[in-house]
Amino acid sequence: MIQVDGLSKYYGEHAAIKGVSFTINSGEVVGFLGLNGAGKTTTLKVLGCVLLPTSGRVIVDGFDVTRDPHEIRKRIGYLPDTPPVYDEMTVGEYLAFVAKLRGVAVANVASFVADAEKKTAITDKHDDAISTLSHGYRQRVGLAQALVHKPKLLILDEPTGGLDPVQIVEMREVIKGLKGEHTVLVSSHILGEISQICDRYLVVQGGELIAQGTEAELSDKLGSGGPIEIDCIGTAAPVIELLKKLDGVIDITLIKLDGQNVSLRIDAKSDLRPQLVKALVQADIGVLRVDRAAHRLENIFLKLTHGKDA
Amino acid sequence: MNNVLLIARRELGAYLRSMGGYVIIAVLLFLDGLAFNAFAVAGTAKKSSEVLADFFFWTSGIGMAGAVFLSMRLIAEERQTGTVQLLYSSPVHDREIVLGKFFAALAFLCLFYAGTAYMPILVAVYGKISLGHVLSGYLGLLLVGASSLAVGLFGSALTKSQVVAAVSSGVMCVALTMCWIVAKVVDRPFTDIVTGLAWFGHFEPFRQGLVHLKHSVYFGLVTFVALFAATRVLEARRWR
Repeated sequence: MIQVDGLSKYYGEHAAIKGVSFTINSGEVVGFLGLNGAGKTTTLKVLGCVLLPTSGRVIVDGFDVTRDPHEIRKRIGYLPDTPPVYDEMTVGEYLAFVAKLRGVAVANVASFVADAEKKTAITDKHDDAISTLSHGYRQRVGLAQALVHKPKLLILDEPTGGLDPVQIVEMREVIKGLKGEHTVLVSSHILGEISQICDRYLVVQGGELIAQGTEAELSDKLGSGGPIEIDCIGTAAPVIELLKKLDGVIDITLIKLDGQNVSLRIDAKSDLRPQLVKALVQADIGVLRVDRAAHRLENIFLKLTHGKDA
Repeated sequence: MNNVLLIARRELGAYLRSMGGYVIIAVLLFLDGLAFNAFAVAGTAKKSSEVLADFFFWTSGIGMAGAVFLSMRLIAEERQTGTVQLLYSSPVHDREIVLGKFFAALAFLCLFYAGTAYMPILVAVYGKISLGHVLSGYLGLLLVGASSLAVGLFGSALTKSQVVAAVSSGVMCVALTMCWIVAKVVDRPFTDIVTGLAWFGHFEPFRQGLVHLKHSVYFGLVTFVALFAATRVLEARRWR
């Protein structure tokens, strides 16, 4: 669906992206990770035909962004970091306007709009003026405009930006619902959210693509299975002594001592959960919980971009 | 063409639903009525055609100022709010964006011109004027308004700030006005060049009830060049 080869974009002397190359297949949901100023938005703008590249080749659905931007625009839906909505219009009028602008036949506009409203759960807001909507609903209207013409590719720039926790969960469900129907490229700073939506990740830093792959592949690339958290019954010292002997354990940190219970964080070269449980059970130590540490992707991301743990 | 109409209709809707456009038109009508009373009608006894010519003189200047204020938001506001990305990522040519916005603003400016119609009617009631004079005057107003809006649209394409857009297009319109004065103090061959650039010299026949093709071409050319420049600015932004 997307082939990017040596993409660079300069703003004057400043290189926003330098020689970025990647491929995205049809039907994939790909997360685009990067700190502020890493070049995420610029890359998405080039893919959305909002900006033209300084150099490199970008092919979307077989069309080149510099030669056939019009053909690409017919096939994509783009949600910028700020939803591009007109406050004075109602939701229905706005979506109908966008659908016509993107070439939907007049006879189909009403059904396409209804479909987009249904997918983004804004059907009850059809007649409301956009100026009266909350930020969460404006974001959903922004998403609805991106998919109203049923594009093959959806490019979503920070779709959960500025939303409260409840709205984030709702937006995540909406994006999950798009899986299968569209190829989706989504950028976000809420890395926990991305980990629940995406099949694969692209990590950019300083305008360069520094890693790509699934969460497991990125984790392997770092030579670490990432932290594992364990809650068990007993005192800390014997448990730590026991686990230290296991192959692949790099470091053990005591998180909490709560009466007879102990919580540990184990850094390991690979996913050692089965071996850890086996060792604890054989030593007759009661295991209450074994889990990969929260914000695992965040850890990977920080290691890739800064070389440190969260 | 469909996209031009689509964008024009949305833009006109934005004017009609916001207070800003109505306030601008109300202020323009108030000033125009004031100027009509204070300058066109007042003073020594005049022929009806002279009153009408004076009315067109004041209305053209006030309409030009109105065009600057109406056009300042056209592209600057879209860039400020980020909605321009919706247009940029849709299968729409930059010239269609520019033309759609231009026609919407022109239609709204025509509301102002329509609102001034009571003044020629008053002159007709109390004197005698020809319909041809009225029509040629309004054609001139339309041409002045269209070229001013086009210049304003170009100014709006240059910046994100509506204030900067209004100031820059105001300066361009004033420059085209000042040529008329400058032409009186420069020597040949510059006199002809500067006179040719001044919009008022081309409007003069219209307000007197005369329609000349060469003067219509002037306004058409200014409008075309400004709209073309605005389109090029939009195109250039994609490369920056």
